[in-house]
Amino acid sequence: MDSPGAHIKDDSIDATHGCILYIEGLTVSFDGFKALNNLNLYIDDGELRCIIGPNGAGKTTMMDVITGKTRPDHGTVFFGQSHDLTKMTEYEISHMGIGRKFQKPTVFLNHTVFENLELALHAKKGVWQSLTRSLVGEQRDTIEEGLETIGLKEQKNLRSALLSHGQKQWLEIGMLLVQNPRLLLIDEPVAGMTHQETERTAELLKSLAGKHSVVVVEHEMDFIRSIANRVTVLHEGHVLADGKMEEVQNDPKVIEVYLGS
Amino acid sequence: MKKDGTLHKYQRLKTNLKNRKPFLRFLGLFLFLAVGLFPLSLVEANDLDSALRGLGNKSRAKLKVAVKRLGDIGNPAALPALVALKNKRLQVSEDGALIIIDESGDHGHDALSGKQVDIKSLDLSKPRINNSVRRVLSVAIGKIQLTSDDPEVRLGAARELLKRPSSDLVVLVEKSLNEESDDKVREIFFLVLAKEGLNSDDKEKRLQSLEVIAKYGNNDFKTDLEALVDKNEKGEYLENDPEIRKTASKAISSLERRQFFINQAANFFYGLSLGSILLLAALGLAITFGLMGVINMAHGEMLMIGAYSTFVVQNIFKEYLPEFFDWYLIPAIPIAFTVSAVIGIILERTIIRHLYGRPLETLLATWGISLVLIQSIRLIFGAQNVEVANPYYLSGGVEVMNGVVFPYSRIVIIIFVVFVVAAVWALLQKTSLGLQVRAVTQNREMASCMGISTHKVDMYTFGLGSGVAGLGGLALSQIGNVGPELGQLYIVDSFMVVVLGGVGKIVGTVAGALGLGFINKFLEPVAGAVLGKIMVLVIVIVLIQKRPQGLFALKGRMADN
Amino acid sequence: MIKKIATLHSFKGWILTFILLGIALVLLPLLNLLVPEESVLHVPDYIFSLLGKYLCYALVALAVDLIWGYTGILSLGHGVFFSMGGYAMGMYLMRSIGKEGVYKSDLPDFMVFLDWKELPWYWYGFDYFAFTLLVILILPGLFAFTFGYFAFRSRIKGVYFAIITQAMTYALMLLFFRNNTGFGGNNGLTDFKRILGYSLHEPSTKVGLYIITIIVLFLSYLLSRYVVRSKLGRILTAIRDAESRVMFSGYNTLHYKLFVWTLSAFLCGIAGALYVPQVGIINPSEMQPSNSIEMAIWVAVGGRGTLSGALIGAGLVNGAKSWFTVAAPDYWLYFLGTLFIVLTLFFPKGLVGFFSRFSSKDKMREPS
Repeated sequence: MDSPGAHIKDDSIDATHGCILYIEGLTVSFDGFKALNNLNLYIDDGELRCIIGPNGAGKTTMMDVITGKTRPDHGTVFFGQSHDLTKMTEYEISHMGIGRKFQKPTVFLNHTVFENLELALHAKKGVWQSLTRSLVGEQRDTIEEGLETIGLKEQKNLRSALLSHGQKQWLEIGMLLVQNPRLLLIDEPVAGMTHQETERTAELLKSLAGKHSVVVVEHEMDFIRSIANRVTVLHEGHVLADGKMEEVQNDPKVIEVYLGS
Repeated sequence: MKKDGTLHKYQRLKTNLKNRKPFLRFLGLFLFLAVGLFPLSLVEANDLDSALRGLGNKSRAKLKVAVKRLGDIGNPAALPALVALKNKRLQVSEDGALIIIDESGDHGHDALSGKQVDIKSLDLSKPRINNSVRRVLSVAIGKIQLTSDDPEVRLGAARELLKRPSSDLVVLVEKSLNEESDDKVREIFFLVLAKEGLNSDDKEKRLQSLEVIAKYGNNDFKTDLEALVDKNEKGEYLENDPEIRKTASKAISSLERRQFFINQAANFFYGLSLGSILLLAALGLAITFGLMGVINMAHGEMLMIGAYSTFVVQNIFKEYLPEFFDWYLIPAIPIAFTVSAVIGIILERTIIRHLYGRPLETLLATWGISLVLIQSIRLIFGAQNVEVANPYYLSGGVEVMNGVVFPYSRIVIIIFVVFVVAAVWALLQKTSLGLQVRAVTQNREMASCMGISTHKVDMYTFGLGSGVAGLGGLALSQIGNVGPELGQLYIVDSFMVVVLGGVGKIVGTVAGALGLGFINKFLEPVAGAVLGKIMVLVIVIVLIQKRPQGLFALKGRMADN
Repeated sequence: MIKKIATLHSFKGWILTFILLGIALVLLPLLNLLVPEESVLHVPDYIFSLLGKYLCYALVALAVDLIWGYTGILSLGHGVFFSMGGYAMGMYLMRSIGKEGVYKSDLPDFMVFLDWKELPWYWYGFDYFAFTLLVILILPGLFAFTFGYFAFRSRIKGVYFAIITQAMTYALMLLFFRNNTGFGGNNGLTDFKRILGYSLHEPSTKVGLYIITIIVLFLSYLLSRYVVRSKLGRILTAIRDAESRVMFSGYNTLHYKLFVWTLSAFLCGIAGALYVPQVGIINPSEMQPSNSIEMAIWVAVGGRGTLSGALIGAGLVNGAKSWFTVAAPDYWLYFLGTLFIVLTLFFPKGLVGFFSRFSSKDKMREPS
């Protein structure tokens, strides 16, 4: 039962062509409604990419497919050169080095902040290890470091249900960080955050780029402007426009989608 | 095993009959002489009366004479007394009056005048009959029935004759065959003669008989035919004539083929019937489950309440409107619906709505509700089953093929279910309430944002689901027992339907229910009821491997949560 | 190892545990043996079978709590695992009757009654206690593992899982009701005479079984406590609260669920095996769907997600049941039904949750 632990240090992600994620021809339909329609998208290694689009454009569905929650009707999602994510399960994908933050903050409400990070920690995750091993010093340090980064050191023994909405968002991001993934998928990270918190989040995400590839889905335009290098606009399940923020903003197609309907 | 036993007995009876033929003939001669001694000058009515009165005779010989005489007269008026005598319900008072006791044993009437009598005030004695009297009785009854004007009566008598052959009556059948106009009766007459013809010495007649059996016969003939192709211990054929053997084995295979189709048709019908009942039971469950994501364990009790409502309506009619008794089901439909719906709404308002978002707790709480409801019904109506009578138009059935009867009650229920499902479908698809229900089912929060009062929708939907279950209870009361545990019997199967069919679409529930009905009924003859049930469970688990949300579930992001 | 075990409780907790153990293991048997019968303090013999029965239920509650209270998976199939252990033990006890049955045959009475000439193959081996023990320890877990593998693999959860397990229970109950299945049909297995050579009617055997039950329960409690206090325990509650997050954190939840599901069935099977010699009968009605649901209410009464709550709940509900069935049998179902409703509506955390509301210490960790 400890097989998941076996390939924990998976360095075999081959991003030699500069690209970490290849989405090609992806189609997902729900009862006739095409949530994704022949979507093609490439994420560079170490890039920070923002994805925007109106409701129902397929942003969350795309994340679902990447993380293995939803199986596509057609198309492939390659992580590096050789791993087809559409054939893998959620936990395998997580082991490959993809972390995901949900739209609605999803943390373990009945666990303390510390325990939340402990569970997310990059470690062997088999049943037997969980039953017999306790934390070693090095792991404790990683968690403390994470607590520092997300600014929840004071609250580390507080039940996370008692955190504010913004703090939960941070905790979830912290959980991704201690997982140490190659690629982070972040769904609406600043929803419900104060202006200050938003700024700090922007700082954090920017500091992650380079070491990790980061994909952010967001509605909050100011926030995107403050972090984005490159923006992709999704509409009706495929890419409508792609490029620098200013270019995209002035693209007539994009304006029509956002204002026209 | 039981079947073989009766067949075996029947064979013995047949050989007995053959051996007794000379004796019977002798008896007939004796009877003829005895009857001949009666004064012939009596007019026929008097003849009947006096013959009837003879049934009260203490001497068995005289009793037999009277019976035989009644058979010869052939007046159907004598039938009740003869049948009563056969069933030991005919009694004789001290002054020689014949009293027919009804089936309950509480009331009686005079066989001649038809007047009701108080049986407790009379000192009654039973005429003693033995097998020989009984045989004469059967012949007499058969004679009267075979010559009856009513084709149904003739048909019944012919069938009876097929089961218990009697050479006297076979002669009568042969005579009346040409005059017989009813095709069905003729068919049975042919079979009666064919059965007799098998034992004939005339090869041609035997071959003809075999052909008739191959054409019209049912499985009951199999033993007779198999006797023709069997070998004895030494490996010799019991039947010497190879042509007869060949025709017989052909006849067997044609019988088997026909029986196979009959069985499949019966399985299909009963599968459809079970499926329609499951559909009624599960439809409400699927609606409430789809809407609120809660499993209502007390749903079975809504069935029970519907059935008990029907029972109460029936009793009210019995008491106050006996002349309209047969129509009690019509008002029972809205009443059963309303009672269950109201109770459902009360439960939803007081308990279930406080548990939204906690499906497993709802499951436990509703289980608690079901316990309270069951115990309440027990305390009010008693723990025993109560009797809900079929109105005349639902009793009996239509015989589609030889030996396969589809009860009217089941046919009507299938039609009823079609109407209910159509009504529910129309309600959900064509009305604004339905639109709101579907909206809340798909996305509660969004619907609430758009100004739909989810409270009201929940309440009405729960009422609808419970009401439909009430109708299910009404239907069940017409084909099964009504008792406090009625709901418990159906709840597991209803859940299976919902699991199989998924939620959110009526077509899923229909497919789930019919699927389970058919699987059950087609597996039962192969595997037995219990193993069949287990296999159904295994099939459901295997199917659910492929479609965890049910076969017809809505796909989508929302459906996951 | 001992150090690890010692950390399972606080010092106060251990003191309390040992006081309870002392009362149950030493004081009660002593009061039975030493105090004269006319004394108020005398503990009559029948108490041990009764307590033994409750302790078995407590073990069941522990098992149900692991899977439902901690992992959030409501099983309505624990009656099956309980019965499996029970039937295995029952088969051994039937075989130990030898030729002392009503028909003086080597075969169990019900087989003679059915006119069977030989022992069915699946009864082989039950002449030996060691084999029986092996079956008790392996079969319920193995069955649960197989069933759970298919159910969890296809991600059946929540009410779907509850329904599927209920259907499984129902189907197996029907199977065991059949005479031809070879487990005594309706009547089940009963009229046992002895276990390992000791007469089941002797008070000393009853006390012995009672003591064994306590020890098994204590060990099971320690094991469960160890499991729920480990990281694995935290993962289980995490699965209960946000399963998708657990999966996205890189845990194969299938393995975790299977582990705790199998462990739970294993404990439940042992409970069944201990129950049968003390109660003297096992029949298919143990597999009625209602029985499995009642098990859930034991846990709910005490408090889900707390082991002590499960133990207390099992004792209280079954105590109430014993009282009602004697004093007011018509109202037991009302009581039970109302209990289900009131608990879920007003005390979802059970008694332990209700009382810990007053002690601020537990606030950080109270389950929801």
